[in-house]
Amino acid sequence: MRHITAESLAPTDGIRDYLAVQEQKSLLRFLTCGSVDDGKSTLIGRLLSDTKQIFEDQLAALERDSRKHGTTGDDVDFALLVDGLEAEREQGITIDVAYRFFATPKRKFIVADTPGHEQYTRNMATGASTADLAIVLIDARQGVLRQTRRHSIIASLLGIRHIALAVNKIDLVGFDKAVFERIVEDYRQFSHKLGFETIVPIPMSARYGDNVTSRSDKTTWYSGPTLIEHLEAVSVDEAVVELPFRFPVQYVNRPNLDFRGFAGTIASGSVSPGDEVVVAKSGKSAHVRRIVSHGGDLSQAVSGQAITLVLDDEVEVSRGNMLVSPAARPQVADQFAANIVWFDEHALLPGRSYILRTETDQTSATVTDLKYRVNVNDFAHEAAKSLEMNEVGICNISTRAPIAFDTFAENRTTGAFILIDRITNATVGAGMILHSLRRAENIHWQSLDVGKHGRADLKNQRPAVFWFTGLSGSGKSTIANLFEKKLFATGRHTYILDGDNVRHGLNRDLGFTDADRVENIRRVAEVARLMADAGLIVIVSFISPFSAERRMARELMASGEFVEVFVDTPFEECARRDPKGLYARALNGEIKNFTGVDSPYEAPENPEIHLKTLGKSAEEMVEALELWLNERDIAENQYDSGGGI
Amino acid sequence: MNIALTHLQRLEAESIHIFREVAATFAKPVMLYSVGKDSSVLMHLAMKAFYPAKPPFPFLHVDTTWKFREMIAFRDQMAQKLGFDLLVHVNSDGVRDNINPFDHGSNTHTHVMKTVALRQALDKYGFDAAFGGARRDEEKSRAKERIFSFRNAQHVWDPKNQRPEMWKIFNTRIATGESIRVFPLSNWTELDIWQYILQEDIPIVPLYFAKERPVVERDGMLILRDDDRMELRPGETVENRLVRFRTLGCYPLTGAIESNADTLEAIVGEMLTARTSERQGRLIDRDEAGSMEKKKREGYF
Repeated sequence: MRHITAESLAPTDGIRDYLAVQEQKSLLRFLTCGSVDDGKSTLIGRLLSDTKQIFEDQLAALERDSRKHGTTGDDVDFALLVDGLEAEREQGITIDVAYRFFATPKRKFIVADTPGHEQYTRNMATGASTADLAIVLIDARQGVLRQTRRHSIIASLLGIRHIALAVNKIDLVGFDKAVFERIVEDYRQFSHKLGFETIVPIPMSARYGDNVTSRSDKTTWYSGPTLIEHLEAVSVDEAVVELPFRFPVQYVNRPNLDFRGFAGTIASGSVSPGDEVVVAKSGKSAHVRRIVSHGGDLSQAVSGQAITLVLDDEVEVSRGNMLVSPAARPQVADQFAANIVWFDEHALLPGRSYILRTETDQTSATVTDLKYRVNVNDFAHEAAKSLEMNEVGICNISTRAPIAFDTFAENRTTGAFILIDRITNATVGAGMILHSLRRAENIHWQSLDVGKHGRADLKNQRPAVFWFTGLSGSGKSTIANLFEKKLFATGRHTYILDGDNVRHGLNRDLGFTDADRVENIRRVAEVARLMADAGLIVIVSFISPFSAERRMARELMASGEFVEVFVDTPFEECARRDPKGLYARALNGEIKNFTGVDSPYEAPENPEIHLKTLGKSAEEMVEALELWLNERDIAENQYDSGGGI
Repeated sequence: MNIALTHLQRLEAESIHIFREVAATFAKPVMLYSVGKDSSVLMHLAMKAFYPAKPPFPFLHVDTTWKFREMIAFRDQMAQKLGFDLLVHVNSDGVRDNINPFDHGSNTHTHVMKTVALRQALDKYGFDAAFGGARRDEEKSRAKERIFSFRNAQHVWDPKNQRPEMWKIFNTRIATGESIRVFPLSNWTELDIWQYILQEDIPIVPLYFAKERPVVERDGMLILRDDDRMELRPGETVENRLVRFRTLGCYPLTGAIESNADTLEAIVGEMLTARTSERQGRLIDRDEAGSMEKKKREGYF
């Protein structure tokens, strides 16, 4: 017996010594779940009673209530200890989660008693979200039921890794070992995909106390721990302090102009003054100057502590952003895939806008794609157009602004979010992030009634993208301008995208590193594609030194629309012309990353049009381009008219 | 440095997080200050949460006019010492009608002077979030309540339809007129409270410590006769006895216990061996089964 009485806890060597011991006890948060009438509330009542957590006045009230509402004949109905709402007592069911507290000499416990009815699954999820272990109760007469499976799946999705499988009411099946073993086998079969680290099955009778806090003499065939022994011993430390530093900024504390502190709770890792931290969304970095606390500055703070950081630099940080380790940063994205548990009577609808909240950030979000719903019986992935209340599914989500996050598997704090209805403000769903999505996988095309061909027909032309590539000073812009004039004169609808001009506007934020050059080309290619879609003849005049990006641009366009034009002027000639004086400065080392000088130019191998400019005029070059265009249009017209000629 | 946080450090961090969440997301929060030990802890945590700033919200005391005089003195002393913005609200309708616990009973008195008074004050100032010191271990309907507990425009709690509360992600969104009651001490137990008071050296009302006080035995409880508004019934006498209080409310409704615990250590020691719950000393909880839930639904904290 492990009965703990208040007397046995009473201090002998001074209260402070006793309390110091209490302080060092670890805490286990767990929940009880399972189907209706499996005995969850009875089990908690039994735990509270056997660990002497029930005061005399409470016991007296319980006895009164048992006579009034009880379902256990003359015995005390322990369920009435936790079913605290009138409606629950009247109906004899658990509606909402109750939190109860107890302690043994080894550990402190917070237990969430959660409802078994499917209708109240969201309240079970509430209890599970802060728990490290789940006691899954099974009525030995019933075996594994639908709600056993649903609760196990939700517990798994919410990150619970430890299951105590309480095969309850074992007295009602004659303490039969075979029944116990069959249920355990069923459960293991069903749950092996759920990623639980431990599943500890225990045969018990919550009503009579067998194997709850004391070993039953009626299950001599069982050699495992009692429930309380297991709860005292199970190790659930997740070592979040070992994970990279994550500090979601909750509140900016600015009492006066001289103090600007970032307040929040460390989600993972640790921090000390002098540490470099990075603002997740901007990439700006700063160093921690102080960790301010009421009792004096701290020399270190770890995950779980609610602290205030002062940085050495005036970086822009507000609520919703995150201060993180520079070595291991979270993802920052506006598209990601997530597991969703849906709580609301109104189904989740792809395309509808919800409010998405992480611990401190908030933005609007839509489900762009409901990939599938999970069948709680067999885990089958079922196609679905919506998620109904209590259903679980995998979705792609798009947010209006990017959020900083880790995957839920990496970090239970920074990988979770809730969804809120915009009108009712109800919490309608919970999400666990799986991974970020690249845009291309996820943005859905709007189907539009007026098409590319229609727009081009109206202009009486075929769209094309003439992509001029060549060294700076090779004559791209001169030739492009003249070409556009000629096209314009013949009634064509055109537009020139010029490298220098675009860098003053759309791409003003980009420099000349390789990464920025790639992004420079990507954006211009996207714009050119939209213009071609609008029916225009687009002339792109960009150095575009890398063949990979030119290929990327080519692949964006419809077949036959991309016309690579290599404006081929030797380096020496370009440097001699040097219309903007750039070569002289680059050769002097005043400009870095200059194509042809200290950054490579990859010449096209098979351009549609190869213009060798040496010794020729711009007019001659343009004639070659016009010739090419006319030949293509004639060829396409022949094809279009069905070979009637 | 010890990497693992102690139990009290965890509880403290959780409470501070809750305070900051409200300050960051609500337009006009307020802290309900009832002067008891839980309020003292709550106030201490609020000072910590916003240090070096002061808490960015006022403290509201709903005064039923029947509180112990020592509570009122302590309240004013703390407000002055810590420099927080103290609002005191009294239901003037109740005062006009002379509502009191002796003539009208604990139920009516509590309803008019506490529940209605609180609703009046929240409406008067337009507070959209109100902190309270309730703990889940106190009472079975409190064990069911969310940390962020939604109230409709009539201040009504709907226990059968609470918002899910996942992780530490709190849904703080409300429409105009609605409000949220926030309970930063939800996961603290009575032992945690005393332990924290001891550890942090938090001032509490002297009534918690044993002392010779003039008490009357009535309806099985020891009532401190705090002023002469309490008339003695035939056969009743005032005796000086060594008593203290486990909880504090309106003096005619709060039973003292006989005790010689005059230090925090002794109080904790006494609590560890107690056989009855702290609310046992509160008349108002016992009027009928489920009475706390009923009061809460009507807007009581």
